[in-house]
Amino acid sequence: MNKTPATDNEELKELLESIRFVYGYDFTEYAEASIRRRIRHFMSANNFNSIRALNKTLLEEEDVFEQFIQETTVNVTEMFRDPSFYKSLQENVFVRLATYPFIKIWIAGSSTGEEVYSTAILLKERGLLERSVIYATDINQKALQTAKEGVYHLKKMKGYTSNYMKAGGQRSFSDYYVSQYDGALLDRSLRQNIVFSAHNLAADRSFNEFQLICCRNVLIYFNQQLQNKVIDLFYESLCPFGFLALGNKESLLFAESRKNFEEVDRKERIFIKTGQ
Amino acid sequence: MQYEAVVIGVSAGGLMVLSGILKELPGDYPMPLIVIQHRSKDERTLLEEVLQDKCVISIRQANEKERIDRSKVYFAPPDYHLLIERDHTFSLTCDDPVNFSRPSIDLLFETASEVYKDKLVAVILTGANRDGAEGIRAVRQRGGLTIAQDPATALFPDMPRAAIDTGSVQHILNAAKIKDLLLQLAKNRTDHA
Ligand SMILES: C[S@@+](CC[C@H](N)C(=O)[O-])C[C@H]1O[C@@H](n2cnc3c(N)ncnc32)[C@H](O)[C@@H]1O
Repeated sequence: MNKTPATDNEELKELLESIRFVYGYDFTEYAEASIRRRIRHFMSANNFNSIRALNKTLLEEEDVFEQFIQETTVNVTEMFRDPSFYKSLQENVFVRLATYPFIKIWIAGSSTGEEVYSTAILLKERGLLERSVIYATDINQKALQTAKEGVYHLKKMKGYTSNYMKAGGQRSFSDYYVSQYDGALLDRSLRQNIVFSAHNLAADRSFNEFQLICCRNVLIYFNQQLQNKVIDLFYESLCPFGFLALGNKESLLFAESRKNFEEVDRKERIFIKTGQ
Repeated sequence: MQYEAVVIGVSAGGLMVLSGILKELPGDYPMPLIVIQHRSKDERTLLEEVLQDKCVISIRQANEKERIDRSKVYFAPPDYHLLIERDHTFSLTCDDPVNFSRPSIDLLFETASEVYKDKLVAVILTGANRDGAEGIRAVRQRGGLTIAQDPATALFPDMPRAAIDTGSVQHILNAAKIKDLLLQLAKNRTDHA
């Protein structure tokens, strides 16, 4: 507490700018309170006593930077998170996807993949997976690696089974994994239609046109400006009448381009692209 | 002192105390009140509805990126952390629980104290854990006003006691006195306005 908050803010800005400059990761437009807290957390866990000292080390030591990325991005996720969302997705969106001969879906900020496999399972049950490609992207390479492997803690399967049932799953959830020691290995065949790759929403461009984009619990980490940019990116990347699904607490309420979307399910935050 | 915002942390056994305080506040209370109530993640907005029925002041769940207004009580949505940004808006996050809690009182208090500094009032009420103790310490360090419910009058004394044990609590009061103090702070504000 020997520094005035003003210099603290400037040092934080400087830190984020130099990370952007050196590594190309852009955190300058992240919601500040949470990134600040996570940086502070990283500092106390790793014995840095000033932002300046942290900055210097991050710029000099790439492995510390890797660790910094791991610890400051939030990867919390689960299978069939918010089961009522998946129910609505099937009822309101999958029926429309079924009318396309070839289905392209983008799951942005897919973290360790639980959401991707959840979606694939439900597509499979509706007979849609075979003609779908799911692009699953994230900035966190390590999370993507875990996603590709598709092995999760066995002890989480109980909760996931209950989520799956609430989400309207039609089979027995245990059909989709085999246990190995304390891990659950998800059905390999689900992966055939999934492409995992790195993509940074704050910096990279649109890479295809989709009928559905899911970006759940990612925008909450961004400030208003970056949220607007990313919503525009999604708009560009959707086909006419394509769907956009956001997280439970995310809305287009404060977004500039909200007029270009209509609500499909208000409570579950599912929107459809309308304007041009 | 002209305070700008009130933050309140409450857990087990909290509904009664909280409604006892909130129902006495006028509809034009000159500050926002931001409340963390630990609750089940399956419960969506029932708490707000039940409380609104008893209170004149407007009660709502905080939205992501919403501007913080005076004369409103904001609750953290279940299963999300609630943070305050420097431009006086809310952010929500789904980071890991802090002290087994999400929303976390510590997190709200810490981010609020960074924004409101010595113009913040922080209140810890009944609860069966120790969430909020670190938050109270942060608020006090930045010169804010700190209040805890007297553990002897709390249904679950652990949470106010943990806050008091940090040595950072200035007022230890029962619920009725806390309400009086909040009204007094509002009055000081209007007198000076
Ligand atoms: C809380 S997780 C959400 C996971 C999943 N979508 C869900 O709802 O359960 C947020 C994810 O967003 C990713 N992320 C953060 N910033 C990003 C960016 N600029 N571009 C792409 N992904 C990002 C993080 O790495 C993390 O995996």
